[in-house]
Amino acid sequence: MHVRHLRPVLIGACLLVLAIPAAAWAQDADGELVQGVIEAPAEEEGAEPAPVPGVEIAVASDAGEEVGSATTAEDGTWSVELPGPGAYTATIDATTLPEGITLRNPDRATLEVEVRTGEQRRVLFPLGEGAAGVTRFDRAPQLLLEGLKLGLIIAICAIGLSLIFGTTGITNFAHGELVTFGALSAYFFNASAGGPGLQLILAAVVAVLVGSLFGAGLERGLFRPLRARKTGLVALLVISIGLSLVLRNLFLLFFGGRSRPFADYAIQRGIAIGPVSVAPKDLWVMGLSILVLVLVALALQRTRIGKAVRAVADNRDLAESSGIDVERVVLYIWTFGAGLAALGGVFLGLGEQVSFQMGFQLLLLMFAGITLGGLGTAYGALVGSLVVGLVIQLSTLWIPTEIRVVPGLAILILVLLVRPQGILGRAERIG
Amino acid sequence: MDWNTIFRNSLNAGVNAEAAYYALLAIGLNMHFGYTGLLNFGQVGFLAVGSYGIAVGVTFLGLSLWLSVLVAVAAAVLLALLLGVPTLRLRVDYLAIVTIAAGEIIRLTFRSVSLREVTGGSSGLQAFAGDFYAVNPFPDGTYGFGPFAFSESRFWLLVAAWTLVALSALLVYLLMHSPWGRVIKSIREDEDAARSLGKNVYWYKMQSLILGGVIGALGGIVFCIATQSVVPDNYATQVTFFGYTILILGGVARVGGPIVGSVLFWLILALTDNLLRQAIGAGYIPENILATSELGIVRFALVGLGLMLLMIYRPQGIFGDRKELALDA
Repeated sequence: MHVRHLRPVLIGACLLVLAIPAAAWAQDADGELVQGVIEAPAEEEGAEPAPVPGVEIAVASDAGEEVGSATTAEDGTWSVELPGPGAYTATIDATTLPEGITLRNPDRATLEVEVRTGEQRRVLFPLGEGAAGVTRFDRAPQLLLEGLKLGLIIAICAIGLSLIFGTTGITNFAHGELVTFGALSAYFFNASAGGPGLQLILAAVVAVLVGSLFGAGLERGLFRPLRARKTGLVALLVISIGLSLVLRNLFLLFFGGRSRPFADYAIQRGIAIGPVSVAPKDLWVMGLSILVLVLVALALQRTRIGKAVRAVADNRDLAESSGIDVERVVLYIWTFGAGLAALGGVFLGLGEQVSFQMGFQLLLLMFAGITLGGLGTAYGALVGSLVVGLVIQLSTLWIPTEIRVVPGLAILILVLLVRPQGILGRAERIG
Repeated sequence: MDWNTIFRNSLNAGVNAEAAYYALLAIGLNMHFGYTGLLNFGQVGFLAVGSYGIAVGVTFLGLSLWLSVLVAVAAAVLLALLLGVPTLRLRVDYLAIVTIAAGEIIRLTFRSVSLREVTGGSSGLQAFAGDFYAVNPFPDGTYGFGPFAFSESRFWLLVAAWTLVALSALLVYLLMHSPWGRVIKSIREDEDAARSLGKNVYWYKMQSLILGGVIGALGGIVFCIATQSVVPDNYATQVTFFGYTILILGGVARVGGPIVGSVLFWLILALTDNLLRQAIGAGYIPENILATSELGIVRFALVGLGLMLLMIYRPQGIFGDRKELALDA
């Protein structure tokens, strides 16, 4: 393949992103603020919580300088405008709370918040019965559920990453951007001012299609020509890092630095099931994730193309010599892998919010998951991701939430020490 | 368009502190990647350890700046050992994933609230570089000429920083022309061949990791003294990617490569930055297409694009030798 063929490539790779008109993303020029709602818990099961007016909240900069204060309105809402992005503390004046209502956790009357440029940050002060009696044991089921959800999402995102590695040897550092791309596409079709305003489920379907095309475009336009030029694996790795930088910053340019929710299902009240409380959308995400993963497993086991994918991942040369069109299989993997990543992005955006770096933040966890499970295997990605999701959520029983990612990454290093081929990987020389 | 300002700013950026500490970072990476073939994507971790070694040493441990340098270097050696033990026996792509994860672990740990007393949490630490500026031998005034004019304190910093760069480069040059360097390069070329000659490949790789890491930590020291502050989010993953872009731009496995690469990298960045800024100011680029506040984002995207294009069309960089490239593992 000639060098000339690479030119449309880089441009083509970015074109899909650029095709979305910049004005459609129209960033709000609002400044940073912290806000929240002070609500007393309902007296009885199922009733609406009651807003608490007249509660004072003071916000101070990290250096201890007060930047503003607010008193909650009739509907319990309050907000304080900030001079700019940075770290702040919000303190609730517990003496202004009405008789008989206290903070659920009296130690958390002062909360620390990180506010990014243009972000409108919500700060919650839960009121009600003291949580002092809550033990780790009581929190565990809830965290188990959340860990399962995170693990399923990581798994959906990571299957493509693992299979691409298994078939072509590329360690694709731009895979996180495929996740973000899916979520941003769904946001564009669902909630963006210049978009068509589709219902989220429809928008998600479109986003998965667009995401698949994007993946196929990257393979056809960039990675296949590079493989044809006999570009080395390390060079491909570095190129994927460059691609990730380009895409992430294009996302930032068009979408802005703020996290935003989808237009549908953004706020849902949790329903209590035994010891856990779960929002209906989270149940849907988990149910759909399991369904998708089962379908992927069936497709890999039963269909012709699925068998071909496993054959190529297992031994490329042998597969090729037995008549499998390897290049076509690789294209399929990129298409489906990117589609799955896009779906994972939508699920992730549903649980948290959509942001330009959500996929990049997930990337290392995906690597942890697939390394743990066994690089290059499809089922390994599933098992490993579930373990990583559970470890991350359950670790918050002992460590602060803000560093919960650390144990997830530490697993990666520990696994390499003890069982470098991963749980489901074959023992072969990888050093 | 004020071409004079554009060129002055760009030339200035080419010799300023960023160029110096990124040169140190890249010299360390050159040791790892260029000479030994180790794909270290956590170099920013060494930078962070160097900076925090100084900041924590002065503000928390109450040491002098000069003793804190020892703390920083010791911390870098320790980090290299911790990182090397599980990973140096593995294939390159595993090493890449693990080192990138380690870099993130370091940043997240430093910014965590539980370490606030020691590391200052997410807002970091300030006011610890006084000792350095107190021994400035240059009396008040402006030094240099034309675009290269600096105040006495900045001039003192630059003299010290570039001396450090030169000494590091000299060290690498001498080492690479010694028997030790030949073993290191033979490991890059063929690990099994080196092992069959009775060389302890693992230990040689470890030495290379430590040495490159310490040079990276020196970069971190220059960084924190230049900005007189450490903020954890300045030590994000993309710093390492900048380092790789610099290394590949200048030329992999060349002693001068990282230095030339860093000077050129910052010169080009400042040039595009200033050009775009002036073009927006003069109305050549309408504000609604690209605002001045978005130039930082464009800069990162351009670095990524540059890295891709370099890797595709000229992976050996400007001065590199394609034969000395450990890209096919």
